Amino acid sequence: MSLPPLPESAIEIDAFAADWRAAVRLSGEALVRSGAAKSGYADEMIRMIEDHGPYVVIAPGLALAHARPGPQVIANGLSVVTLKEPVRFGHAHNDPVRVVLGLAISEAGAHLAAVAAVANIFNDSSAINELAAATSPAEVQRIMGVNPS
Amino acid sequence: MKIVTICGAGIGSSGVLKVNAERALRALDLEATVVAAEVSTVRTVAADAQIILTTQEFVEAIGKTNADVIVIVNLFDTSELAQKLEDALG
Repeated sequence: MSLPPLPESAIEIDAFAADWRAAVRLSGEALVRSGAAKSGYADEMIRMIEDHGPYVVIAPGLALAHARPGPQVIANGLSVVTLKEPVRFGHAHNDPVRVVLGLAISEAGAHLAAVAAVANIFNDSSAINELAAATSPAEVQRIMGVNPS
Repeated sequence: MKIVTICGAGIGSSGVLKVNAERALRALDLEATVVAAEVSTVRTVAADAQIILTTQEFVEAIGKTNADVIVIVNLFDTSELAQKLEDALG
C-alpha cells in the first residue's frame, strides 16, 4: 500500500489559520504547490464540510480534508499542514485540530489503497502528536514514512 | 455478511473506517465484506447490508434502513470498533 505523493512543497509547518476554513484552504494551497490540485479544490473541500459537518476530523486533533475526484484534481496527492494555534471544526469529540491532511484523489475506486496507507500511519496514536510537534518538512515526511524529496 | 461504511464523499472517512473495520473484524475472527460509499448512495449500496458504520453527522441522512447503524466516534479506535461490531453481531 502506498501513500499518495507527499513532497516537501505540500508540507507547511506551524501555519496560522484564523478558523477551520482558513486551515482547509492552507491544505488546498499545499496541494496546488505540489501539483496535485487546482486552486478551486480548496473550495470543494470546504463545501464538503459545509454540506456534511465536521466529520473530516477523524481523530482527536486530526482533520482529513478532501473532496471528490473531479476536474479540480490533477493527480493523487497528500498535503500536511500543522497549525501554530489549534482551530475548532465544531466536532463533538475530536476538536481542536492541530494537523490538517489534504487529500486529492484523481480516480474514484482506485483510492482505497491510498487511504488505507494513511489510516495505517494513524493507527499509531502517537503519530498525530509527533506531526503537531514536527519542526521541519523532512521530519513530517519521516513520520509519514515518506522518503525525503 | 456485508458492512457498508458511509461518509460524505465515500473517500476519506469511510475509507479509513473500512480499513479499521476490517482490522477489527480480523481481531474478532469474523468474516465480512466491507464497502466504503458516499451517503448519497446509501439506499442502493446498503440495501443488502447488515451493518452501516458511520459518524454522527450522517445518521439523519441515512434515514430508515434495515441495517444496524453503528456510530463511531474515533475512527482509529479499533477497540471501540470491535466492541460495537461485537455488540451488533452478538
